[in-house]
Amino acid sequence: MPVTRQDVLHISELARLGVEGARADELTKELTAILSHMEVLSQVDTATVPTTAELGAGGTPLRPDVGVPPLMSGTLGSIAPAMRDGFFIVPRLASHEDSGESGA
Amino acid sequence: MSVNDYTRLGAAQIASSVRAGEASPADMIGASFKRAAEIGAGPDELNIFLHSDEKASIEEAEQMRPRIQNATDLGVLAGVPVAIKDNIASLGLPTTCGSKVLRGYVSPFEATAIARLRANGAIIVAKTNMDEFAMGSSTENSAFGPTRNPLDVRRVPGGSSGGSAAAVAAGITPIALGSETGGSVRQPAAFCGVVGVKPTYGRVSRYGLVAFASSLDQIGVLGRTVDDAALALETIAGFDAMDSTSSDADVPIYRLASLGKPAPEARNPDAQAMRIGRSPIPPPPLPGPTTLEGVVIGRPKEYFPESLDPDIRHRCDRALDRLRSMGATVRDISLPRSPLAIPVYYILAPAEASSNLARFDGVRYGLRVDPGKGLKAMYEATRSEGFGPEVTRRILLGTYVLSAGYYDAYYKKAQAVRTLIADDFRAVFASGVHAIFTPTTPTTAFPIGAISDPYEMYLNDIFTVTANLAGVPAMSVPIGRIRRLPVGGQIITAHFDEYAMFRVAYALEAGLGAEAHQ
Amino acid sequence: MTQSRYEMVVGLEVHVQLKTRTKAFCGCSADFGAPPNTNVCPVCLALPGALPVLNEHAVELAVRAAVGLGCRIDPVSIFARKNYFYPDLPKGYQISQFDQPLAVGGSVVVERSEKGTDLRIGITRLHMEEDAGKSIHDRYPGETAIDLNRAGVPLIEIVSEPDIRTSAGAGAYLRTLKQILQYLDVSDVSMEEGSLRVDANISVRPPGQGKLGTKTEVKNMNSFSAVEKALEAEFARQCELLDSGGNVEQQTLLWDGAKETVRPSRTKEGSHDYRYFPEPDLRPLVLDSKWVEHTRKDLPELPTAKKTRLATEYELSVVEVEQLTANPALAEYFEAAARASSDGKAAYNWVMGEVQVALRSSAEDIGHFRVRPADLAQLITLVRDGTISHTAAKRVFAQMAETGKPAAQIAADEGLVQVGDEGAIATWVDEVLDEHPEEAARYLAGEKKLQGVLVGFVMKKSKGRADPRRVNQLLSSRGG
Ligand SMILES: [Mg+2]
Ligand SMILES: [Zn+2]
Repeated sequence: MPVTRQDVLHISELARLGVEGARADELTKELTAILSHMEVLSQVDTATVPTTAELGAGGTPLRPDVGVPPLMSGTLGSIAPAMRDGFFIVPRLASHEDSGESGA
Repeated sequence: MSVNDYTRLGAAQIASSVRAGEASPADMIGASFKRAAEIGAGPDELNIFLHSDEKASIEEAEQMRPRIQNATDLGVLAGVPVAIKDNIASLGLPTTCGSKVLRGYVSPFEATAIARLRANGAIIVAKTNMDEFAMGSSTENSAFGPTRNPLDVRRVPGGSSGGSAAAVAAGITPIALGSETGGSVRQPAAFCGVVGVKPTYGRVSRYGLVAFASSLDQIGVLGRTVDDAALALETIAGFDAMDSTSSDADVPIYRLASLGKPAPEARNPDAQAMRIGRSPIPPPPLPGPTTLEGVVIGRPKEYFPESLDPDIRHRCDRALDRLRSMGATVRDISLPRSPLAIPVYYILAPAEASSNLARFDGVRYGLRVDPGKGLKAMYEATRSEGFGPEVTRRILLGTYVLSAGYYDAYYKKAQAVRTLIADDFRAVFASGVHAIFTPTTPTTAFPIGAISDPYEMYLNDIFTVTANLAGVPAMSVPIGRIRRLPVGGQIITAHFDEYAMFRVAYALEAGLGAEAHQ
Repeated sequence: MTQSRYEMVVGLEVHVQLKTRTKAFCGCSADFGAPPNTNVCPVCLALPGALPVLNEHAVELAVRAAVGLGCRIDPVSIFARKNYFYPDLPKGYQISQFDQPLAVGGSVVVERSEKGTDLRIGITRLHMEEDAGKSIHDRYPGETAIDLNRAGVPLIEIVSEPDIRTSAGAGAYLRTLKQILQYLDVSDVSMEEGSLRVDANISVRPPGQGKLGTKTEVKNMNSFSAVEKALEAEFARQCELLDSGGNVEQQTLLWDGAKETVRPSRTKEGSHDYRYFPEPDLRPLVLDSKWVEHTRKDLPELPTAKKTRLATEYELSVVEVEQLTANPALAEYFEAAARASSDGKAAYNWVMGEVQVALRSSAEDIGHFRVRPADLAQLITLVRDGTISHTAAKRVFAQMAETGKPAAQIAADEGLVQVGDEGAIATWVDEVLDEHPEEAARYLAGEKKLQGVLVGFVMKKSKGRADPRRVNQLLSSRGG
């Protein structure tokens, strides 16, 4: 099943990777080539394999509803690209700019 | 031994001479930096270090002085310089994962494995270079340039833990931490002629290891000798409440020096139960590794194909001979689904990676590129600028196999085949095989720039990736050289049976002697 | 009316914040109202290398809710990642449950719906997940401010079957569900504080048609009545669309409360494909069947059962129990007072009368009300045995609410204890007859209807302390 340029643009959109132009064509070829090696799996009979892969015995451990969050040194401001009044600041979603919610 | 012999000292020897007051921790750290300068670890030469701070490391070492004078127990790694792969969160030094997206990022918390090293007296001298987000097998995919193999500077050190393997091979530190998802410790260990260990999934806490593929990732150790690696793993192994996938099974003693002690696996009935009917290795003979009487070594035919490089086959056969001569029985076995491992791995690992790397969005930390066209443009500019080509390729691959319409054919199918691959290992260990022996890699270290096809690069992991998929422990030990380039032999044992793995490794190391590097 | 040619088909997705002290996967406080980004840590900020560990109490509360809604609990459930980009979603995925949720197949019975019969709404599934943070779009021009205090707070999502046919039915379902969750004590269930949120899936079809129409999802309703209004508006929109020969497009709509209309959500940047897969950082959630059974046995009494029991035990009417069980704390208060005073009727009158008035004027919550049920019971007893009059009792109650002192003490201090003593009452009666000679003469001449007036004069003279029964008896004997 070859990957199409359309597929690449779609998954790039989902993954917010901004792939475009000639790079999209290259990636279309690369992904098609890589995925062609995966076709071998379709011939493996997995009908009897239980669906849940178990990784280690027992259920997920639970922590008591108390206590301290994991340690953190320094301030958020030292790692954040943009902070104001304690908030992380990001550019407005394009959809909110024309939604009438701005400029309160 | 004095500090002048630094590059020949094992981690245990450094710690004991520090504890005995024969050398100060600062002397050892100084020697490490001296060696780094001598060999050219910096960005213009071998490019092993991404970050180091000699002054801070020396200062940390100096702070141990009063505790030595008061004869306080400094721990098994007192004054031992260690290098840490740059995808393990550290306080004080940046954690960039070899990526532009985290350039300059200093983690405000520390990985459990590093905290345990420090608690035992180890001192970090550097964060080491790596393939970006551990995606690669050559350390060429670092945003900060490739690392060169100290044994041959035109060649790669392997990857993705190439910087850590090179640091140990170059004699800068006796031990280093790396990380594995598909062979990223064992393959560079093989290429650099050092020992590399991937423990059982769950054996070492992943808290602080920047996730690539969570169900496969595991912090591993690199050491100049089996003993160095055993000591490092003993120090960092064990349950951590911060990692839901870490195991609470008891950690047996791995070091030869401790092998006379009662068989540790008897302490934990659950760990025993996980062995699925396999008879435990007979109690270790005293005092050490000179015999493997009663030990069954499996030689899986799928890992010795017709096409295998004859020189590599020869080094492996020689190693098996040495094991036989120490009393082991070598048995031909089959792991029939192993040839499917690469396709399975390159579906599952990218799938998880596509999700794990979504957090690098320019909102809370790391790189932000904002073209001023709203949030979505900021995301796309940040991520296209921040991630290199291999990371982009794998995120796309992972997004594709998880997306609507493809999930069942790719992700779900791969997950089922993964179970079959793990079943093969279970069956072999249940049949009385104690350890499996294979080559670590199909080739020796290749020249920088030699492999450009992504899938050809993926095939470097062909012998290592099964252990990650099955979750079992595996390690690479030097078993000889081909035209001066190291060859690694791989030892794989059952879940949580690092004890048996180290026993075989100690024996092999002793049995080969100087041959290991010839 | 074109709408009568169609029927509304509605299913609701309700997100409920669980009452835990800490977040679902880290030790940060789950409290509401802290300064921005102060209840955060490496885990809920999604710093590189941080990992989730599940909160035990969140599991307990989710299981209690599922059991209380009659769901089947799966002994093994799986956490999954729901992947999408949004700046208040730090990891780029939400930890939720998908293929194998915690529980499936319950129901909510809405009693006496508008049609006069009980209405059963099926619960498709109940699963655990974490909340996102908060995006504030109107604080800075051109920018969005992000607060991650809420990111990672534990939620349950309760998905109903498309069993709802009217907007009033939706409202009734939500009110009943809220009441059940309150009784189960798993959440504060406050829409104002965001601990309960509702999204609606709605489609229309001609009545009798089995096949469902294309549905839209309506979000952004901030009260139950907003849900009802939004459903009406969207129902009308879909009906008109079909009548004019158009098709309903599957999309997400936002309710605009000010304009009372729905509008398409424009936050849909890129298509939605959540790429769910099992969360590899958590092992499956495995529940011990004994523990689930224990939860079932320990379940608090639910509203329906409580109503039936209160009605029989305290001889109350349907309307009366309905009022008392509106919230569990009120019902609990009532029952404690009723038991201690052995007088359900009086307890009901006080609780729905004076107690409600006092709570409303002080804006207090009954859990913190100064007059405890035992104190109220004492007051009821004082009235019943004639120690104080009913009129005086109201004054005593007002003081109890203010000072918290016991009823008997206030009655004594204020001189409100009724005087039953013949001598004192006779004196007051004599004085009244002297002071009102005209009425006295007419009464004594047999004009019996004046007795009430004269009793009133005596009560006034005694400042309410005279026992009115005694006064009546005495006057009757004089007039005799
Ligand atoms: Mg949800
Ligand atoms: Zn937190």
